[in-house]
Amino acid sequence: MTSDSPDITIIGGGNAALCAAITAAEAGARVLILETAPKPYRGGNSRHTRNFRCMHHGPLGPLVDSYTEEEYLADLMKVTGGKTDEGLARLAIRSSEECLPWMQEHGVRFQPSLSGTLSLARTNAFFLGGGKSLVNAYYRTADRLGVQVEYEAAVTHLDLDDDRVTRIDYTQDGKRHSIAPKSVVVASGGFQADTDWLARAWGPAAKNFLIRGTPYNRGVVLADLLDQGIEQVGDPTQCHAVAIDGRAPKFDGGIVTRLDCVPFSIVVNKDAQRFYDEGEDVWPKRYAIWGRLVAAQPDQVGYVIIDAKSLELFMPSVFPPIKADTLEELADKMGLPADALVQTVAEFNNSCGDTSQFHPTELDGVSTTGLNPPKTNWARPITEPPFYGYSLRTGVTFTYLGLKVDDRAQCAIGNRPVTNLWAAGETMAGSILGQGYLAGFGMTIGTVFGRIAGKEAAAHANAT
Amino acid sequence: MQMQPDLLQEARRQAEICNACRYCEGYCSVFPALHAERAFADGDLTQLANLCHNCRGCYYACQYTAPHEFDLNLPQALANVRQDSWEELAFPRAAGKAFQKNGALIALVTVLGFSLLFWAARALASVGGEGFYAVLSHNAMVAIFLPAFLFPLVSIGVSLRRYWRHVGAGPLRPGQVLAALRSAAQMKNLKGGHGDGCNFEDEDRFTHARRAVHQAVMYGFLLCFAATSVATVMHYVFGMPAPYGLFSVPKLLGIAGGLLLTAGCVEMIRLKLRADRQLGAVRAFGGELAFIGLLGFVAFSGLALYALGQTPAMPVLLVLHLGAVLAFFLLTPFTKMAHGFYRLAALTLDAQRKG
Repeated sequence: MTSDSPDITIIGGGNAALCAAITAAEAGARVLILETAPKPYRGGNSRHTRNFRCMHHGPLGPLVDSYTEEEYLADLMKVTGGKTDEGLARLAIRSSEECLPWMQEHGVRFQPSLSGTLSLARTNAFFLGGGKSLVNAYYRTADRLGVQVEYEAAVTHLDLDDDRVTRIDYTQDGKRHSIAPKSVVVASGGFQADTDWLARAWGPAAKNFLIRGTPYNRGVVLADLLDQGIEQVGDPTQCHAVAIDGRAPKFDGGIVTRLDCVPFSIVVNKDAQRFYDEGEDVWPKRYAIWGRLVAAQPDQVGYVIIDAKSLELFMPSVFPPIKADTLEELADKMGLPADALVQTVAEFNNSCGDTSQFHPTELDGVSTTGLNPPKTNWARPITEPPFYGYSLRTGVTFTYLGLKVDDRAQCAIGNRPVTNLWAAGETMAGSILGQGYLAGFGMTIGTVFGRIAGKEAAAHANAT
Repeated sequence: MQMQPDLLQEARRQAEICNACRYCEGYCSVFPALHAERAFADGDLTQLANLCHNCRGCYYACQYTAPHEFDLNLPQALANVRQDSWEELAFPRAAGKAFQKNGALIALVTVLGFSLLFWAARALASVGGEGFYAVLSHNAMVAIFLPAFLFPLVSIGVSLRRYWRHVGAGPLRPGQVLAALRSAAQMKNLKGGHGDGCNFEDEDRFTHARRAVHQAVMYGFLLCFAATSVATVMHYVFGMPAPYGLFSVPKLLGIAGGLLLTAGCVEMIRLKLRADRQLGAVRAFGGELAFIGLLGFVAFSGLALYALGQTPAMPVLLVLHLGAVLAFFLLTPFTKMAHGFYRLAALTLDAQRKG
């Protein structure tokens, strides 16, 4: 046990951790951040984020028009199928409006909605430079406030005595350290980078998943706390998962591995069979369901097939498509059974009708007839060579199984609060999100609950 | 022209990753221009490279910099292409290749400039002029400096024509040039989009240090140039030869410009020594520093000449100053000085493409 323990220790170094650290330091507490990643990879998944979903009455910062609490909540209810804690969701939504100016005061800079994302100009405030620039700005602010940051400091255990955290053990440079802060904030994300844990929840299929963000969110602290009876929330199979380019790296591929071509394509499995309506809705609204759809296919892989006329209808992605002059050649290059692919495309083409009303950015009703599953919008025959293909895999952003918190971001054991333990960010997002995902809501949860946790932790530390 | 394919390919690889991300759209003019393309021809990359002011905002914001396997370093990739384009587009090309990256050669030419002026002063002086003209006659100065002034103008004219063709630009309109001049006048692209400045001397901290220093150099140089131009008009049009008094237009412009330029060059070298070299054209670092040193020496020797013009040090100072000016003029198309012209061309084309 060291005598120079800080007032507050924050486990994690992303957005939620930094919001907590800054808030606590401004309340006069001595704050230590234990970030398990090395400095270049600090910030967890926050370094890959790009925006913050924000309620507002009238134009605010980069946001146009207004976005009310009710509309925001309705959007959230829709994507989660009602599996949302309404009280905490409303708290996050309502607090988001005051967060935006707070973020600006603490160094975050915004920019207009990015090209290709105009649909979000009213609801989501984009960080200039993306999440890593936000993280950089917060580290600068924290540094000015005297927050101490230790990198490559891996927390291994929190010692609990009844309803109190008495000790934090961590290792750094191969040395073991123990500290006894007055207050502890856990903001160390989900467990998605621990593929063994994912496989326990999902079955062996999870070994084929790609992890879109940081390799450092292995859920070590989460597991340690859950093992000791801290209250948990969420289903271990639920997560934010999307379908990304199958050639993406195992970890940390981030935004550039996203593929926006599904609505203009047919998507087949490894047997060259279609399995879902590719034209169900505009892409941003369907982006997050395709991760689970692909996960349910053999070998957890899908193949997008488009032709020349659709190539420029979507944002370019990091890897060029596989290109071929005939469908047989494309099947060959992609490792698909050629006969089956040719037949699937022919059946699809034959079921397409009048395409004169085709409109790439609206639900155009250009659909197939008599095909199962149907394609209900943007159904144009795939006829014009060269043909292009992408492979799709499931990309996990973050898992929802986490720490259950109350409206003060406080953790609980049994039916009692843990007197000096708070949680913020992805590690407690399951308290709000039961399933599904709303773009930019993760940063809202992190910012709102990070600030609440920082304030509560400082009040507790200052009172003891 | 044959630019280095490996540099272009690396810039292309990185631009394609940037185009799939777009997080940096608001920092500067490069990203909106980049995001308007789907594929990047050599000319597109050359234009993006010359549009880049090396503010480094995108590097420190980037989620894909090393140790990430995508290994993005767009400021360096574009700096390398930019540097290569200045060498390849130079007229004559061999001179661009020789000097851009070579600080020692720049220093050597400067010394040659001193020597030529010493020789001229000995061989051609003493025809009974006054003041500076007692050291070197007016006609001798004109005989040396008129060609030394016209040559770089012609050379840069040829290079800009080559640039314009290489990047596939359309017919020039005055409004586009005005837009480019407005952008350069405030160094808009070093403001960082948010107005907090750029990243340079202290990793991801935004400051206006580099922008301020750049403007000191640029406006200092323009004031000195204006001083010389006004003096030329006074000499030839109004028959008022040098020397001029302290409150004359050439002196007021020249002293203000000389002070700005000297201080700006000293500070620019200090900033460059503190900044991370890996975020620029690494191999051109020596050439850049030597050029800034030469420019600063031109300004400083000019000020010294004014301060000590009535002392026995004057002839030596005059020869040093004129020698440095000569080297500076002759090297303008082949050193970092050329960047200003290419930058204006790139900003002009950017205005053209934005319509």
